Amino acid sequence: MIPLEHYLYISAALFSLGVFGVLTRRNAVNVLMSIELIFNSANINLVAFSRFVEGALGGQVFALLVIVIAACEAAVALAIVMSLYRVVKHVNLDDAAELKG
Amino acid sequence: MSDAVQSLSRFLPELILMGALAVVIVADLFTQRRPLKSSTDLLNGIALVGLLGALVTSWQALGAGEAQPLFASMLADDGLLGVFRPIFCLTSIVVLLLGMRSKELEGVRLGEMLALLLTVTAALMWMAGSVNLVMIYLSLETVSVASYLMVGYLSSDRLSNEASLKYILFGAVSTGAMLFGLSLLYGMTGTLDLYGVRAALAEGAFGPGLLFVLILIAAGIGFKIAAAPFHFWCPDVYTGAPTPVTAFLSVGPKAAGFAVLIRFFYLGMAEPAGGGAIAPVGGADWQMLLMMLAVITMTLGNVAALLQTNVKRLLAYSSIAHAGTMLMAACVLSVDGVQAIAAYLAIYLFMNLGAFAVVILAHRVTGSFEIDSYAGFWKRSPLLTVAMGIFLFSLMGIPPFAGFLAKWYVFAAVINAGLGWLAVIGVLNAAVAAFYYVKVLRVMVIDQETGPTPALAFSRLDLALLVVLVVPNVLGLLFWGSLDRVTEVSQTLLELG
Repeated sequence: MIPLEHYLYISAALFSLGVFGVLTRRNAVNVLMSIELIFNSANINLVAFSRFVEGALGGQVFALLVIVIAACEAAVALAIVMSLYRVVKHVNLDDAAELKG
Repeated sequence: MSDAVQSLSRFLPELILMGALAVVIVADLFTQRRPLKSSTDLLNGIALVGLLGALVTSWQALGAGEAQPLFASMLADDGLLGVFRPIFCLTSIVVLLLGMRSKELEGVRLGEMLALLLTVTAALMWMAGSVNLVMIYLSLETVSVASYLMVGYLSSDRLSNEASLKYILFGAVSTGAMLFGLSLLYGMTGTLDLYGVRAALAEGAFGPGLLFVLILIAAGIGFKIAAAPFHFWCPDVYTGAPTPVTAFLSVGPKAAGFAVLIRFFYLGMAEPAGGGAIAPVGGADWQMLLMMLAVITMTLGNVAALLQTNVKRLLAYSSIAHAGTMLMAACVLSVDGVQAIAAYLAIYLFMNLGAFAVVILAHRVTGSFEIDSYAGFWKRSPLLTVAMGIFLFSLMGIPPFAGFLAKWYVFAAVINAGLGWLAVIGVLNAAVAAFYYVKVLRVMVIDQETGPTPALAFSRLDLALLVVLVVPNVLGLLFWGSLDRVTEVSQTLLELG
């Protein structure tokens, strides 16, 4: 059986990649993809812990709910990106800087 | 099964809100062809009735009956939830009335906005009641997703869209970090129940690992209450959003964020130590973490507010500073701090929404949110200037206005807990805050307007709204006793578990 540590290494790597993507990408859609990595790293944690901790099924339920929420959030975020694109004709975050100061 | 039925009877305000939500959505569909004015009035009326019903039932539920867990210990119906419910209902009612008078929302179909407002109000109550890690995350995301949509409601307006995009990107990253923290906490303790987490943490010392987890979770909660360094979204979103939505964000989600903060740290990360005090468990010094957050948040909010020329940005930084003040009370480690936060929020509601009401009414005639556009207001409308003066002095915390009472609660709790140095930093910050509030008043009273200065006229609804918001600020000290009795109920949160 694969030991618990391996799952944690993968989830930590995914989380770091997600944060790195959020900080470096300038395209709104790419940032959204990086955010999905963060959510899924947490999902791997939840399911792995649920498998290895005695009598703790809660983690799997939590992971299911996280998947639902992530889908809602992605739908709303893409709708907002579309709406912004209709107004300014791009989705580059560096240029979406009308609000500052 | 009987648990669910029994829970529903303690769930009346939320059920009323859900009912009103369903009626608003259906009524919105059936009035699509009617003239905008009549359909908007109808929908506003339905939402208002629902919110008033929720306010009355939550007021009756306040302090009635023993604290008990609801829905298989997902929520706890105790004094903390009891005190926060009316705060959320009042906020939404005032925001709904502000929405009716806002120039930005004129000529826009409001059906979906009202549906979102009712959803968020119910979700705020779930946030304030949640005692399970799943429920904390779910309710927090429900509030977040609905508020992203409210911020971007003016879909052809560039600023509204940009604010909404910034909000959702910051929000998703913060809640993602929080979720990662929650998953690690679940791994450490093997349970999702807050009381179970406390029991598991009490058995061992987790030290730096637990502190790392707490920092991740503080990112999610700090995003909701707009605490530095998780506040970057706040000024931009407050400026770009329609002003009634800004007013809502500055009170509703912030209050619910504090409820979650109290529940998570006071119930999950500490055990009762007798006499209303609590003692942290698990070997992580989260009191220090909260104190650092409080000091950074207050100082940054107040200093940045000094530089602002846009009144919505100024109020954004001022709301960050107020979050810092309330965070001081969260460092107290006893139920006094909980009561201080509840009392502060109850008063903050009236003073902050009051300031936003003046901003919205002024925008109707000036069409601008720049502070300079307020020049000569003293001559144009002494009434509006006096009202703004009362709200700003209250925000400063100057007696005899209610804001003084709010500050008194926080500083009394902090000093009683022996955190004198923190109180000193808080007082210094209050002094800095006076500068930028007075700056707005100085422009209104002393600066002369260059163009013609017609007197301003306001409708009866505007006057009624101003009176409702001014009276609690002026007479706050008279109702000290009742405020004390009501908010004292929040201290029962340690009784469960």
